[in-house]
Amino acid sequence: METAVANHQPAKVWGGGNEPLNASYGKMMMWFFILSDALTFSAFLVSYGFSRFKFIEIWPIADQVFTHVPFFHGNYPMYYVAFMTFVLIMSSVTMVLAVDAGHHLRKSKVALYMLLTIVGGAIFVGSQAWEWATFIKGEYGAVETKGGRILQFVDAETGHQIALHDFVSAAETERAQHLNKNGVWFVDEDALPSYTVADVQAGLAAHENVLVRTETINESGEKTILDRNASVEALAGGLHVVEGANLIRNEYGHRLFADFFFFITGFHGFHVFSGVVINVIIFFNVLLGTYEKRKHYEMVEKVGLYWHFVDLVWVFVFTFFYLV
Amino acid sequence: MAHEHKLSIFRGAVTFKNNVQKIWGVLIFLSLITAVEVALGIIKPEFLVKTPLLGMRLLNWIFIGLTLVKAYYIAWDFMHLRDEKTGLRRSVVWTAVFLIAYLTTLLLIEGSYVYETYANGFIKWNF
Repeated sequence: METAVANHQPAKVWGGGNEPLNASYGKMMMWFFILSDALTFSAFLVSYGFSRFKFIEIWPIADQVFTHVPFFHGNYPMYYVAFMTFVLIMSSVTMVLAVDAGHHLRKSKVALYMLLTIVGGAIFVGSQAWEWATFIKGEYGAVETKGGRILQFVDAETGHQIALHDFVSAAETERAQHLNKNGVWFVDEDALPSYTVADVQAGLAAHENVLVRTETINESGEKTILDRNASVEALAGGLHVVEGANLIRNEYGHRLFADFFFFITGFHGFHVFSGVVINVIIFFNVLLGTYEKRKHYEMVEKVGLYWHFVDLVWVFVFTFFYLV
Repeated sequence: MAHEHKLSIFRGAVTFKNNVQKIWGVLIFLSLITAVEVALGIIKPEFLVKTPLLGMRLLNWIFIGLTLVKAYYIAWDFMHLRDEKTGLRRSVVWTAVFLIAYLTTLLLIEGSYVYETYANGFIKWNF
C-alpha cells in the first residue's frame, strides 16, 4: 500500500487543491485582479500626467479649486480631502482588525469591525458625492475665451478670487433657454448661464477693483493676474460665461482638468461603492455564521485585500490630484 | 491562514507585541505622513517650490516619495504582503513597478515633448 500511495503522488499534483506560494486559489485570484486593476488605475493617472505635462504652464492649481468644507464658509484648501483620506485609512484599519479577529475565529468581533468598515466606506462615498456636487456647482464663475482659455476674476487689493455675482448685474435679455418641447426636432440646449459675456464686460468696466486672472502660471508657481488695461482687453475676447463644471467646460481652468477629475475620482468612487456592497454581503455572511461553519474567515481576508487596494489607490489619487 | 505575522517594521527597529498593536502603530505612522503632506501642501515652503529637480519641483518629489512610503506600509502590513512568500510578493510588486514605471516614463517624456512643440512652434493656441 505504501508504494501505491507513492505512485499516486503525481495524480495529487494535478488533481487540484494545491496552493502555490502558500496562497489559496481565491486569494491568488484576488491578487491577479488587484494587479490588473492597479494597471488600469495607473493608466488613468499616467494619462492625467501626460495631459498635465502637455499643458504644464496653464494647468489649474488644485488648492485653488478644492477649497470647500461642508458646513463651513471660507477658504480651506485640502482639509476636507485630508479628512477623507483619514476616513479611508481608518476603515482600512478596521478591516485589518476584522481579518485579525477572523484568524482567532471571534465572530462578534469580526462582525463589529466589518460594520465599522462599512460605515467608514459610506462616509467616504458620501464625502465624494458632496465633493462632486460642489465641483459641478462651482462658486465663482469664469469666462471662456475664443481659444478655450478660462479667465477668472480677482479683487485687486486682496488678490482673492471673486464671484461673478459680486460685480456683474444681469441686463434685461430676450434670450430664453430653448427647450425640446418648443422645437420641431425635440432638440434642447444646456441651461443658460446667469449672465451674458456682455454683462461681465460691463461689470468689469464699471468696477475698477476687479482684475482678470489668466491660467498661465508664473515663475513663483502662481496664476498670472493682468493689470487693468490688459484685463479689459483679455475679456474682450470672451465667448462663454462658465459656471461650475461639466464634461465640456469648467470654471477652474483647462477643459481636461474636469474630465480627469470626473473619470479618475469617479472610477475610484465606483470601486469604493462596490467595495461597500461586497463588505455588506460578507458582513451578513458573518452574522449568519457561514464562516463559523467553514471554520475559517478567509473570505473576510479576500475582501479585505480588495478594500485595502481601494485605499492604496486613493493614496495615489490624493497625491496626484490634490497635492502635486 | 496558519502562517505567523511578522511583527517588526522599519527593518526591525520597531517590534510590536502582537498583530493588533502593529496595526495601530502603522495607522499612527500613516496618519503622520498624511499630516506632513497636507501641511506641506498648505504652507508650500518657498525653497521647496523654487528648487527644480529632474523637471519637477522638489516639493512634488517629496510628495511622491511620501506616497510611496504610505503605499509600502499599506501593502506590506494591511494587505499582509510582509507575511506572504517572497515569490508571491515579488511577482505582485515588481510586475506593477516595472510596468507603471515604464508607462510613466514614456508618457511624461511624450507630454513634455508636445508642450515644447506648442511652446516653440508656430501655433498660437493660448489666446
